[in-house]
Order: sequence, then structure tokens, then C-alpha cells
Amino acid sequence: MSEQDDRSAAARLFDIRRIIGGLFVLYGVILFVAGLVDGADAKEQAADIDINVWTGLAMMAFGFFFLGWMWLRPLEAPEREDGTGDDDDAGDAGRTT
Amino acid sequence: MDGLKLDMNWLDYSILAIYFVVVLGIGFAAKRSIKTSLDFFLSGRSLPAWVTGLAFIAANLGAIEILGMAANGAQFGIATAHFYWIGAVPAMVFLGIVMMPFYYGSKVRSVPDYLRMRFDNRSHLFNALTFAVASVLIAGVNLYALAIVIELLLGWPLWVAILVSAAIVLSYITLGGLSSAIYNEVLQFFLILAGLVPLVIVGLAANGGWDGVMDKVKGNENGGEGFLSAWGGTGVGDVTNPMGANWIAIVLGLGFVLSFGYWTTNFAEVQRALSAKNMSAARRTPIIAAYPKVFIPALTIIPGLIALIEFPKLGAKSGDFQYNNAIPLLMDKYLPNGVLGIAVTALLAAFMAGMAANVSSFNTVFTYDIWQDYIKKDRPDEYYLRVGRVVTVVGVFIGIGTAFIAAGYSNIMLYIQALFSIFNAPLFATFIIGMFWKRMTSAAGIAGLIAGTVGAAFIFVTSESGVDSFGFDEPLLFTFGSGLSASFWGAVVAFVADAVVSVVVTLMTVPKPEAELKGLVYGSEVDYGEVNAGDKVWWRSPILLGAGALTLSAAFYIPFL
Repeated sequence: MSEQDDRSAAARLFDIRRIIGGLFVLYGVILFVAGLVDGADAKEQAADIDINVWTGLAMMAFGFFFLGWMWLRPLEAPEREDGTGDDDDAGDAGRTT
Repeated sequence: MDGLKLDMNWLDYSILAIYFVVVLGIGFAAKRSIKTSLDFFLSGRSLPAWVTGLAFIAANLGAIEILGMAANGAQFGIATAHFYWIGAVPAMVFLGIVMMPFYYGSKVRSVPDYLRMRFDNRSHLFNALTFAVASVLIAGVNLYALAIVIELLLGWPLWVAILVSAAIVLSYITLGGLSSAIYNEVLQFFLILAGLVPLVIVGLAANGGWDGVMDKVKGNENGGEGFLSAWGGTGVGDVTNPMGANWIAIVLGLGFVLSFGYWTTNFAEVQRALSAKNMSAARRTPIIAAYPKVFIPALTIIPGLIALIEFPKLGAKSGDFQYNNAIPLLMDKYLPNGVLGIAVTALLAAFMAGMAANVSSFNTVFTYDIWQDYIKKDRPDEYYLRVGRVVTVVGVFIGIGTAFIAAGYSNIMLYIQALFSIFNAPLFATFIIGMFWKRMTSAAGIAGLIAGTVGAAFIFVTSESGVDSFGFDEPLLFTFGSGLSASFWGAVVAFVADAVVSVVVTLMTVPKPEAELKGLVYGSEVDYGEVNAGDKVWWRSPILLGAGALTLSAAFYIPFL
């Protein structure tokens, strides 16, 4: 359980933002299209709001935000041999909060 | 009893199916990152704060929490917000600012592990065993509650629902360990938002917006003015608020003991912070989680209130109009196919998040704290990694068994929830005194825990036999009914019993040498690790962030005084 092993998982773990972004864009498109083609009944049920269309758009926007975030600030590169990849300032690129 | 069955079509089911595939995919992808047992149980201590923070809150945002809080909203009104604003938020901030340096700096692998280092094997084993049993029971209770909801809403037979959900959670945790659980929790958090926000928007729109809802609640015969006030009618001796609790019970019982007991010592939560990449991230984890927590009442209490005004029959003892069905009833009424699929997926996601948190913390405690520490010590790391996977499978099967047992007794879920919320109280007392009082001895550790737990059990048992202020005889699934105030006081009593015994025994016994307490108690040297320049910015300061969360929480009370 050395320090190196402590750090190793980070480099191998994928970026969850890709999945969240991708899934929300997919769902967003599905809902948006569903909202465009569903009948007046659907709108009436939802207190006269075309809820599928709006939720679809919101989810798409959210998904693109995540993908954009990932693109602008990718995860830092895999750690160097001595296992200190996480600890220097240059590695800050991937840290966003 | 087909009334509540949702009108799901192929679109909704496709949305659900896509979600299951993604969740399993995350499990497979996470598997590749696992080489050591630390990777499996604690994500190799490598996750960024935003991920661990969202996982922290998602782990608690199980469907029992969502449906239950909506039920509470329908039954008690705005006072339900106490669980969030005076309960959860202060506790989460306290955990991050005050306790996390000891948890993370000491490199303990679990909450029981802290007790082993601070005290000795007796407290360690006691806590490990109670936690393991509690986790598996609660996982089963979650499974059962999930199956009931699935049966109600989708029409699947109970056993199918239990097995399918268990199979999915089991798969992604066995494959990907804690990383898989945490990544899925982050996804689940956003899905829950995606499912509930449209529901709240439509519900508000249908009732004249927020003002319209407030007026209707005031005029409702089951509601009234008291439903819109959090602190009204809580004077000592003059209790008229819907919860039936005075402000002391609310602040001390709910605000302090019950919620601090849960948030600061429940390993299912703490584990998420322990998987963070460094001390700063670990401390910020619960504090980052506190911010969404402040707003979640909008997604649970508002639907509860709307259900109250929309469904005059709400509040029945059984059948479609139980309080617990507040959100499902609204989903049925307002959501067309499409967002309906998202909302159902969100509910299932919430259940999985809760159950995954239980399972992942159970397998860690069982493998490290029980198996490795007492049964098969000194094996190579790969052995414990394999044990962890086996334990996950066994744990889920036991949970399935408990779920089927729970199916036979309608009250058992209520009892188990109450039981363990009261058992947390003594643990919190031991932690608080142990972390801040160097003098506290190992003997006091175990003595206090036993005293508090026995005290909690005693209170619980006497409540069963019908003592006046406790009212657990109603077969409600999630809410405490009139026993709410009683559970607040029960936790306080258990806390006090533990504290008193701890202090008395300490004064009669000998503490460990101070050198052994390094990094474990206040006043000793804590290892903060390397501090990155990037973490020194003001907006990453745990203290500042914590103060912000507390202020926000307090501010939200203002419209509802």
C-alpha cells in the first residue's frame, strides 16, 4: 500500500464527465424529439407546459456543459515514474473545484 | 389495487434500459483501474472533490429519503426542512472542518479502524460488527422498499423487482468496487435532479405557482398555517406545530445528536470522503455536498405539499393514498411519457445509490476490519481484493434474504430505521469525546459504546410496549408518524448515557501514551499531507465554504419562520 499505489488508480480511472455528458445529451435528444411529436394530451397533462421539449433542451444543455468542461479541462496526464504527478502545480489543469 | 400503476410505454422503458446499460458499463470500465485492495475499497484515495462531494450527497439521497421526505412534507409541512437546514448541513460542515483532519490524516481505512487506533480492539470489533449487521439489514430494507415501489408503479412481481435491482447493483460493485459505486452515485445525483425538477415545475404551474401553493396549503383542512412555518408553535410546553416537537427537541435531538450521529460516523458517508485525493479534497467533500443539500427540500417538500393539496385522500393508513406515495401520485398525474421514463429511472437510480453505498461500505468493513484484522491476517493484498469481491456477493445475498423477511412484516422497516438512527447516537458521543479529549481511555471507549447502545435499545423496547409519546404502531413504511419527537429524545438519551459512562470510566482507568495518539486527537500533530498551491485559493478553503453553507441554510429559514 505504498504512496505510488495510492496514486495509481487516478491515472487509470476514466473521466466520468464523458459518461454523464454523453448520457444527458442522449436523453435530451430523446426527450426533445418525443416532445415535438407527442400530442396535445401530453401538454395538457403537464399543466400546459411542453415538458418533454423543455426538459430535453435542459438535459442537452447540461450534457454539453459537461462535455465542454471535460474538453477544456481534461484530466491530468498519467503520473510520472516517481509517482509525484499529482502534486505539482502543472498538474492543476484537471482539478476544477 | 391498480390505481397507481404508471402508464409506462416503450419510450419510458427504453430510457430505463439505457440507464441500466450505462451503469453496468461504468462498472466494467472501473474494473480496469483496480489493482490493489485500496483501489477496490477506497478508490485508491484518488478522487477529486467534486466527485466525492456529489457522491457524498447521492449516497444519502436514496429513494427512501426522497419518498420519505416528500411524505414528511405532506404530513408535517415546511417543518420537514429541519432535517436539512438544522440537521444535515451543520453536521456535514462540522465533519469537513473539524473531524476530517483526524479521519483522513490518520489514514484509517474505515470508521471502525479509527476506533481501533484511537482505543483498542474491543471498540473496534464492537463497532465493526454492529455496522456490518446494520448495513446488511438496511440494504435489505432498501431492496424491499424498492421492490414495493416497482411493484406498485410498474406492476412487476415483488421477487422479480428485488432480484433485478440486486443483480444490477451487485454487478457494478463487484466489478468496479468503490470507484464504480461513486461514479454511479454522481450520475444518479444528476438523474435525480432531472427526474424531480420537471415534476416540481409542473406541479407548481398547475397550482398557481409558489404563492398559489402556499395559499392552498393554508386553506387545506389537513394543512393550515402551521404547515408553512418551520419554527412556529415550538415553544416548550406550548407545542402546536405539526411535528409535535418543541425547539429543544428539534435543535438538540434532530439538529445535534441524530444528524451529527449519522453524518459524522456513518461509514457509508465517510467512506466517500476517505476516497478523496488529498486532505483539502477530503475536507471539502461533505461541505461541497452541503450546498445541494440546502436546496433539495425544494424537490421533496414541495411535491409533498402539492400532493397534500391535490389529493384529499392523502394520509390513508394503507393503499394508494399513503403519505409515501406522494411523489408517485404526482408522477402519475403530471408526467407524460418521456419525462415519466426519466422520473422512474431517477427513482430507481436513487434506490441503487442508497443500496450501493450500503454494500460498498459493508464490504470494506467486513474485509478489512473483521476478516483481515481478526480472521485471516497477513495475507498478500490480492487475497483481500478477492475476499472483497466475494464478500460483496455474499452481502447482497444476505440483503436479499433480509428483504424477503421484511416483506413478511409490514412494520419491520420502520423499526430498523428507527433502531439504527438511535444506535448512531452513542457512536457519535464516543467519537466526539474521543477526538477532543486526549485523556479518554480505551476502556471508556468500549464501556461508553455499550452503555449508549443498551440505553438506545432500552428506549426502543419501552416504546414498543406503548409508552405514551411513542407511536410506532402504525404500519407506515418511511415516516415516524407521531413518534418523531420521541426518536429525537431517544437519541439524546442514548448520547448522554454514552457520554456519562465514557467520562466516568476514563477517570477510573489509564489512557494510552500520547505518542500513540498522534493524528487521532485534537492537540496532537495532524498529517495534512502535501498542500497544493492550487488548493490554497480562498474558494477552496473548507472554513469559508463551510461558513457559506451554514449561512445559506440559515437564510433559507427566514421566509418560513
